[in-house]
Amino acid sequence: MPTPTKGPRLGGSPAHERLMLANLATALFQHGRITTTETKARRLRPLAEQLITKAKRGDLHARRRVLGVVKDKDVVYALFDQIAPRYANRNGGYTRIVKTGPRKGDAAPMAIIELVEELAVAAPAPEKTAKKAAAKKAAQQDKVEALAPEETPVGSGAADQDAEAPVSASGETAEARQDSDEANENKA
Amino acid sequence: MAVPKRKMSRSNTRSRRAQWKTTAVATVACPQCKSPKLPHAACTVCGTYNGRQVIEV
Repeated sequence: MPTPTKGPRLGGSPAHERLMLANLATALFQHGRITTTETKARRLRPLAEQLITKAKRGDLHARRRVLGVVKDKDVVYALFDQIAPRYANRNGGYTRIVKTGPRKGDAAPMAIIELVEELAVAAPAPEKTAKKAAAKKAAQQDKVEALAPEETPVGSGAADQDAEAPVSASGETAEARQDSDEANENKA
Repeated sequence: MAVPKRKMSRSNTRSRRAQWKTTAVATVACPQCKSPKLPHAACTVCGTYNGRQVIEV
């Protein structure tokens, strides 16, 4: 769960904040990316991501919960029908905030909040374990390289950098290592 | 209610205001176009952030 917000509400009262955040969320799902102040973008992000998580669930109860916030039925339909399936293989982190500097007029720090694109490669394992596994693999590889520099595969480093997900990278290195081993055997 | 007893002289006013100073905005060079930009923000000249086109220029 996102941390509860501290400090004063946006707009002065809790009701005003709820209305503003609901309008911002509606605009975000309608247009895909909106420009707003950085504070509003930071408050909007957890709400928008919770709504997308509900949309991914996709049942009638979730739809009614979302309709409690986003009043526009067309936007809710688009959210459930087009936006939610894009994030089927993504666990959170559906939005991106990019700061764009102070606004002319009142120098308010502005930001662009947008829905991120869908993942190209599906990540089968959670990121934490994947990173740990990748780090372990890298450490092992370093040891192997230190012991026998001739046996190390040449292309594995480049493959590591080109690969997008750390999981697939580790998989590729393993394959590459096997390939190189086979090649060495063939040479011998 | 407590109120000032005497008019403040221009000298005292100016002495106080002599401590108002501006500071230069911290900038970093944009990795794409090398122009100065705010750190952790999109470049306002070329509109990129993290190698991604964020703003249409």
